[in-house]
Amino acid sequence: MIEHDVVIIGAGLAGMRCALKVCKDLDVGVLTKVYPSRSHSGAAQGGIAAALGNVEPDSWEEHMYDTIKGGDFLNDQDAVEEYVKAAPDIIYELEHMGCVFSRTPDGKIAQRSFGGHSKPRACFSADRTGHAILHALHEQLMKNSKSVKIYNEWYMHSLIIDGDRCNGVVVSNIQTGEVEVIRAKAVVFCTGGYGRVYKITSNAFASTADGVMAAFEVGIPLEDPEFVQFHPSGLYRQGILFSEAARSEGGYLLNGKGERFMEAYAPSRMELAPRDIVARAEQSEMDAGRGVNGEDCIHLDLRHLGKERIMERLPQIRQLGIDFIGVDCITDPLPIQPTAHYSMGGIPVDKGCHVILDSEGTKMHGFFAAGECACVSVHGGNRLGTNSLLDAVVFGERAGESILEYVKGKDLGNVNEGEEKAKVLEKFEDVFQRDGSESYNDIRDEMKEIMTTHCGVFRDAEKLKVCIETLKGLQERFKKGKVTDKGKVFNTEIYEIMELGNMLGMAVIIATAALERQESRGGHFRTDFPKRDDEKYLHHSMVYDSPDGLVIKTKPVVITKHQPTERTY
Amino acid sequence: MATFRIKRFNPEKQPEPYFEEFNLDIADGATLLDCMNEIKWTLDGSLTYRMSCRSAICGSCAVKANGHALLACQRQGEHLLDNDDTITLEPLGNMKPIKDLVVDFTPFWDKINKVKPYLEPKDEAPAKERHQSQEEFRIIDDASTCIMCGACYSDCNTLEVDDNFLGPAALAKAQRFVGDSRDSKTLQRVQDLSEPGGIWDCTHCGECVERCPKPARPFDRIKEIMTVALENGVHNNNGARHALSFTNSVKRSGNLNENRIPVESMGFFNIPGLLSLIPIGLRMLLKGKVPPVIHHSIDEVDDVKRIFKELDQ
Repeated sequence: MIEHDVVIIGAGLAGMRCALKVCKDLDVGVLTKVYPSRSHSGAAQGGIAAALGNVEPDSWEEHMYDTIKGGDFLNDQDAVEEYVKAAPDIIYELEHMGCVFSRTPDGKIAQRSFGGHSKPRACFSADRTGHAILHALHEQLMKNSKSVKIYNEWYMHSLIIDGDRCNGVVVSNIQTGEVEVIRAKAVVFCTGGYGRVYKITSNAFASTADGVMAAFEVGIPLEDPEFVQFHPSGLYRQGILFSEAARSEGGYLLNGKGERFMEAYAPSRMELAPRDIVARAEQSEMDAGRGVNGEDCIHLDLRHLGKERIMERLPQIRQLGIDFIGVDCITDPLPIQPTAHYSMGGIPVDKGCHVILDSEGTKMHGFFAAGECACVSVHGGNRLGTNSLLDAVVFGERAGESILEYVKGKDLGNVNEGEEKAKVLEKFEDVFQRDGSESYNDIRDEMKEIMTTHCGVFRDAEKLKVCIETLKGLQERFKKGKVTDKGKVFNTEIYEIMELGNMLGMAVIIATAALERQESRGGHFRTDFPKRDDEKYLHHSMVYDSPDGLVIKTKPVVITKHQPTERTY
Repeated sequence: MATFRIKRFNPEKQPEPYFEEFNLDIADGATLLDCMNEIKWTLDGSLTYRMSCRSAICGSCAVKANGHALLACQRQGEHLLDNDDTITLEPLGNMKPIKDLVVDFTPFWDKINKVKPYLEPKDEAPAKERHQSQEEFRIIDDASTCIMCGACYSDCNTLEVDDNFLGPAALAKAQRFVGDSRDSKTLQRVQDLSEPGGIWDCTHCGECVERCPKPARPFDRIKEIMTVALENGVHNNNGARHALSFTNSVKRSGNLNENRIPVESMGFFNIPGLLSLIPIGLRMLLKGKVPPVIHHSIDEVDDVKRIFKELDQ
């Protein structure tokens, strides 16, 4: 049995920031199913928000209000306040670690505008900000390699829970197929999002709900899963990301008639309205037959920015266009469509990243979560661009701080190694023993298709019911899937199957919570209930498992400074 | 219909690799990675490779296609077809295959670790950010785009014969700190990088620049470290002496003094090094390859000198 004081699952921004916080004092294991530098945080492009005021005067108060308004007032305002106040120092700290930032003419960290932010507060490194931060943190981990053990290409299967305490995780080494138990005083999930449940998504193949489902399976609820963000500029058909930075630098969105249609939807902010509003505007244009060539496609036009600005500020986006569709944005507009991008919901945690079980804040001791897999909730119903990198770094650090406090005087908990291992080995065996009459690929495709068409940008009760029924049918078929690779060494097929099982479970949870919330707020839009309904739904959803199926309870929203008002841009 | 000729290897089944062919219609706009997924998900679930982001930023999916390393997600399948409508896929080179297209990255990361790949700042952290000018940022901008995909490492010609070479990715990573205005260890870094296995063992073939899927272009970064090393007077090694001797020879005579360069590269007081040249010299003598003892300048040597003078200015 492997033992650590702390085991962190996931080595993106949140996981590595957490590891750096605790590694001076504690023995740390970091487990990732890829390599740290391959984590999906690295795909973030546009920036990381902080009211540094390097370009224009700015304040945490404005950052707080923008975040809350952007989140359609579902954010917990006490958490938002702490989070935006922590932002400047956390950025300076990244810079001190060596993170490469683009600079102002006087040598400060450069900042640009972003959707829903009233001031230019996105600190950036050209159009690869996530990459820059990810590598800076990875460099620091390499520097501290003596006190942090990194498990590259290991997969986390389940949590080990004893009553109200978490004692470790069951994992396996992808390279060898060996199942192991890791016993730890504290377990941290930084496992990212689950955009892969959608057909059109910006998410990596690795973003498959492993963490959130492992938590859900041991009785932890999931908070606000119906809130999924659709990013307005995914590459047409592929879904990969063209940063919002393209619009902050001045890019236009044009429909099939060549009109800047945002005029009709958000006249004051135009292309820089929050993502939920822009994505809905695009989808409305396409649904009305005004897509480019009548297809589900909109044009992102950067031509007027000129070659020099594009090469300096958006070089990676330009290259993506050339490589993936043969379009050079210097001379031609890029074809885009809304793409599933970010999960506002996740494992419920308090401001200190302790995982909580209910609206009273009852803790699951020794279990922490941070980053996209967690729901604090600082983003409410819709996250503003550049607030997610900030979330990951701020709360990664917070989780570390809470752990330093938590582990004082704690011993490792009791773990029945044999029993825990056996449960996971059974899962493997179960997959190998299935009758093989169904294709996992078909099941995956059908899941992604139904989630995109029936639980996407626009939802209604009818569609959601069909979606849930379809998904339940897929879950049955999943039990009969066909596996070809029965080996132990680097069996990616078996892990993809386990990921698919997690995604099917997650998809049902998203759709069920979406059906329950009969209003439109932030990223969740019901065409049958197109208005926000604060009287009935100004609360978080808490989805629980039960023998009779999913149960949805509520948790109040913390409102401190800003009473909900109508949200217009 | 395209043919994918894929090198398969599964140590659990048989010790030797073999090629297997799959036929597939390449869908419109499909990347090579899309094609590989199509094969895995519809034809043979045991086909094994790494992948994650699909957008050329995570560096997982580097493989060899038609003999050269590339990122599978970054290339259109159609563009890689050879004259027989075939794409040949193999694992990356210079690393040990684990299964099919998956290789062991351990030596790659060990070498990244060797270059102390983290900032060693000059002073105590200020209250806010350290300042860095836009020009200073540009010096490290390209190196910082490296995604650690291993494509350069795979196709590096030096690594093929010399395991000790740090390799293009680690050296590009090193330049990211050598060139960083916030770093305090520039001299120490270029001294370490001038040791055997470092910058001077690069053969300047430029293969890494061809393979790099990002603007990191390792050989360009290696040249930048060489410049910093020479500017900082780090000459006490064969590589630097060779570069200086080479330059001096051209500067003086317009061509290479092939008798002088090996001696100057070894260093006049490096007795064991000079002795080690004797067997090579003798072999050259026997094969009639020894250059003339008296070195002649080219006719237009004054023009060469003028060029150097202008370069100096």
